[in-house]
Amino acid sequence: MTSQADVHAPGGRAQSAPIMGRSAEPTIFELSEPGRRSWQLRTTGVKEWSAEELVPREHRRQRPVQLAEVSERDLVAHVTRLSHRQFSVDLGAYPLGSCTMKYNPKICDAVASLPGLAGVHPAAPAAMTQGWLALLVELEEALCAVTGMHAATFQPAAGAAGELTGLLLVRAYHDAQGEHRRRVIIPDSAHGTNPASVTLGGFEVTTVPSDSRGCVDMAALRAALDRDVAAIMLTNPNTLGLFEEDIEEIATAVHDVGGLLYYDGANLNAILGVVRPGDMGFDIVHLNLHKTFATPHGGGGPGAGPVAVSERLVELLPGPRPVRLGNGAGAYGWEMPSRSIGRVHSWHGNALVLARALAYVRVHGGDGLRRVAERAVLNANWLRVRLSGTYDVAFDRPCMHEVVLAASALKRKHGVRALDVAKRLLEEGFHAPTVYFPLVVEEALMVEPTETESPQTLEALAEAFERIAAQAGEPGGPEAAHAAPRTTPVGRLDEARAARVLVPTFDARPASAGGDGSEQE
Amino acid sequence: MADYLPHTDEEVEAMLAFLGLSDVDELFAAVPRALRLAGGLEIAGGEPEPDVLAHMDGLARANSAAELVCFAGGGAYDHEVPPVVRALAGRSEFVTAYTPYQPEVAQGVLQAVFEYQTMVARLAGLPVANASLYDGASALVEAVNLGTAASGRETVWVSSGVHPHWRACLRTFARGSGHRIVEIPLAGGETVWPEGGRPDDGGEAPGVVVAAYPNYLGCLEDLAGVRALSDAHGATMVVAADPVAAGILRSAGEWGADVVVGEGQPFGTALSFGGPYLGLFCCTMANVRRLPGRLVGETVDVDGRRAYVTTLRAREQDIRRERATSNVCTNQTLMAVTAAVQLGWLGTSGLAEIALRCARGTRTLREAALGIDGVTPLTGSTAVLREMALRTAVPARTVVDRMASEGFLAGIALADFTGDDGDGSLDADAAAHGLLVAVTERRTAAEINGYLVALDKAVRP
Repeated sequence: MTSQADVHAPGGRAQSAPIMGRSAEPTIFELSEPGRRSWQLRTTGVKEWSAEELVPREHRRQRPVQLAEVSERDLVAHVTRLSHRQFSVDLGAYPLGSCTMKYNPKICDAVASLPGLAGVHPAAPAAMTQGWLALLVELEEALCAVTGMHAATFQPAAGAAGELTGLLLVRAYHDAQGEHRRRVIIPDSAHGTNPASVTLGGFEVTTVPSDSRGCVDMAALRAALDRDVAAIMLTNPNTLGLFEEDIEEIATAVHDVGGLLYYDGANLNAILGVVRPGDMGFDIVHLNLHKTFATPHGGGGPGAGPVAVSERLVELLPGPRPVRLGNGAGAYGWEMPSRSIGRVHSWHGNALVLARALAYVRVHGGDGLRRVAERAVLNANWLRVRLSGTYDVAFDRPCMHEVVLAASALKRKHGVRALDVAKRLLEEGFHAPTVYFPLVVEEALMVEPTETESPQTLEALAEAFERIAAQAGEPGGPEAAHAAPRTTPVGRLDEARAARVLVPTFDARPASAGGDGSEQE
Repeated sequence: MADYLPHTDEEVEAMLAFLGLSDVDELFAAVPRALRLAGGLEIAGGEPEPDVLAHMDGLARANSAAELVCFAGGGAYDHEVPPVVRALAGRSEFVTAYTPYQPEVAQGVLQAVFEYQTMVARLAGLPVANASLYDGASALVEAVNLGTAASGRETVWVSSGVHPHWRACLRTFARGSGHRIVEIPLAGGETVWPEGGRPDDGGEAPGVVVAAYPNYLGCLEDLAGVRALSDAHGATMVVAADPVAAGILRSAGEWGADVVVGEGQPFGTALSFGGPYLGLFCCTMANVRRLPGRLVGETVDVDGRRAYVTTLRAREQDIRRERATSNVCTNQTLMAVTAAVQLGWLGTSGLAEIALRCARGTRTLREAALGIDGVTPLTGSTAVLREMALRTAVPARTVVDRMASEGFLAGIALADFTGDDGDGSLDADAAAHGLLVAVTERRTAAEINGYLVALDKAVRP
C-alpha cells in the first residue's frame, strides 16, 4: 500500500487492518461453562409452583433447552469482538449501489428508545396510544407529500413486503372492475424482489428490455401492452441510476390499457423534492425508509416498506389504518378501509422504524429533503466523471444518485473482474459497491456514494478505484487482486463448500470441520 | 437549516464546475420539466435536533399506555430486557451495517446470526433456522408457502387457535397465492379437527396443517394428534410455537413438526407498539432447499480459517427471481442479533427460569381471578403458561378502560382480535366478554394483587 493508504480520509475511509478485528472469535457455545450465568430477574414474591404442578406430564420438557452458559463479562467481550469484525456506515463509506447507505443520525436512535414509544403495547386501546397514532398520521402526511399520493399503509415491514402488498392492491383493483388480468411488466434491470413478488401476487412476469440508453425500450413496452396487463413495476431512477425520461409516455400507455403503475421506491433518494411519483403517473408507491430515510439498516433489517396510493385505491389499503378522527377534537383512532385487502403484518408495521423516519423528516424539513437529493446526485455524478477515464461507464450520460461502472476492460486486459475490484476496495478501507447488478451490465460495479459523504471522502474513494485499476496492470497485479482481500478479518470464503457441506448451526458442524474458533492468527 | 450534509457552498460550486454545470437544478436535466415539483415539498422547514427530540418526546408522553403495568400479551410480551442486551444490540457496527453481501467484512453480523440460528433451532427442536423473517405472521405465511410447495396441494387447514392477526395475514396473502385457507374452529379453547379424512365441504385434503402451541388463548393443543392428522393426508405439519414456552414445554419439533414458526419479540425486543419484531422460522433438513429468506452457514476462508457466509443462495429472489422460494430481502437481522444476545444472557437456566416464572405468575393470577364474582374461565384448560382467557361479567373493553384508570393494562379485549361477531375461535358472547391476560416474569406479587383488586372493582356491573 502507498503511504496515502495509511491515512484516514475525513469521515469516509476506514483503514481496515488496524480497526477491524483480525483475531478469530469462538462461538458463544465454545465459551460456555456449565453452571455459569448472566441473568438476573426481578424479585417478585410470586408463589413458587413447581413445573410438575404447572404443566401436564406429556407436555413437560424433560431436559432444558441447551443454550450457552456465560458470564455477563464474557458475553460483552464476545459480542464486542464480533462487532469489531463488522464493517458499518459508522466506520466508513459504504457506496453499495441501490442500498442508499447514508449516515444514520443518532437522534433517531434516541427517539426509538423513548420509553413512551418503545414501551407501548400494540394492542393498547387507541385512547391510550394517541401519541403513536398522531406520529403515524404525521408521517403518513409527510410521505404523501414526498410521493404525491393520497394515503399510505405502514404495515409492510420492508420493501419486498411493500411490493407484494402493492400487487395485492393491483389484484383487488382489477377484481373490483370485474377483470382478471394475469401479467405484470417489469424491466430487465429490475431488482429480484420485483419478479419474486409478482409470482407471490399470483401474476406472471413479462420482462421488457432496456434500450441503448439504459431506459425502458418503448417499442418493446408497447408490444407487450394489452388488456391482460395488470400493472408495470418501475424503479425511477432505474437501477442503472438513470431517470426514465419517457415516464409520461409510459404512464399514458399503461393507463390506456387499464393497467396500473407501481413505483419501487428503492431509488427515491434521488428525487426527493424534485419530482413526485404521483406526478409521473404512478398509482402505487412503496418507500424503503431504511434507505431514503436513514432509519438505518440493522445489518439486513429491520426496514419499513410503507405503501402509498392514489385516491382510487385508498379503500383497498391494508388496515386498520391510523386516522385523524373527524370530530374536531384532535383525536386519533383506527379505521378499516371499506374494501381492505386485509392485514399484512402482525400489528401496525415496524413502528419504531417509522418513528425514526419521522425524526429524520423533521430535522430535514421539505427543503432539507430536496438538498439530500441534490447532494446525492452531485456526489454520484462527480464520481462518474472522475472515474469515467479509468473504468467503463455502462451508460455514459448524467446519472442520478448512483452510477454503474463496469470492470469489463479490466477483465479483458488483465483478468481482473468486478468481484476482484470489490475485494480490493475492502482492503482500501471502503465497503464494496454492489457487483454484478443490474444484470444487464457485464461486470457491473454499482456505486452509490450518498449525500452524506464529503468531497474529501469521494476523492479518497476515487483514488482507491484508480489505484486498483493501475495495480491491475502492474506485474503481479492481477494475482494480488485475485487474492484480495488480505487485510480483512477473513479472506475470500469457500462459498461452494458452505452450500455443499451445509452447516446451518453449531450443532451441524462435522467433527472434522476446519478452523478452530479459538485459534489466533 | 439543519442536516447531515458535509459539503460547504464552495465545495458544491467546485463540484458543479467539475461537471461543467452552473446550477444544481441542471443535475436533474433528465427529469421532464413539466413533471418537476414547483414550490417545493409541502413539509415544514427543518428543525434542529433538540426541537425534534422535544416534539417526539411530546408524542411519546401522549401514550398513557406506556405508564401502565402491562398484563397484555397476545403475541407481544413485557419481558425483561437488561441493560447489557440493550448496550450490545445497540452497537452501531450492527445497527448501521447492510445485509452481509461482502462476508469478509461482515463476520460480526454473520457469526451472530449463525449463533442465533443455532439457538432458535434448539428451541424448536429442528435442525435448521433461517436468519429471520419480519414477524410471526410473515413467518407463518412463508411456512404455508413452503408446505404447499412440499405437498403439492393448495389447501391449508389452520387451527383457529392460531393468532387472529396471523390468520388474517394468511387470508390476505392467499389472495395472491391462491391457497385455500380453511380455518378449523375451537371448542372450549382447543381445536376440533375434522373427523375422518375430508373437511365438511368435501374439498381437497389438506397439504398443510397448522396448529399453535400453546394457542393464542393459552391452551395446549394435542400435537401428537396434529402429527397423525398430517400423516394421514401427507400434509406438512406447521406449528406456530411460543418460543418462551420451550423453556418448560416440549419443543414443537419433538412433537414431529416439519416447520416451526414463532414471534421472537420476547427475546430482547421491547413492546415497540408492535414492531420491529422478529419472525422465527425453523424446518427439517428435508425442506431446507425450500427455506425462505437468508441462511447463514459455516465454511472456511482461503487460509482455512472458520468463517460464515449466506448460503444456499440459489433459493433467493436476487438469483432465482420469479422462481424464488420467497420475495424476502431485507429481514429483521438486528432483532435476530438482539435475540442471540438475549438468549446468551439467559442461557440454559435463564430460559427455563423465565418460562417457569411466567407459568407461576399466570397460575397465581388465574386461581385468584376465578375467585372473583364476575370472572369465569373462557376456556377449559387449566394448564396455563403465560397467558389465559377469562370471561368477565361486563364487556372486556369496559374492563380494560376501567383498569387503565387504576394503572393497569388489564389485557386484550378479545373482540379487538376477532371482531364483535367472534370467529372460529370464539362466539360473539365470548368475543365481547373475553379478556386475554398475560403474566410475564416481570410481574410481582404486589402487582398481581393490585391487579386483582382492580379487576374485582372493574367487573361489577
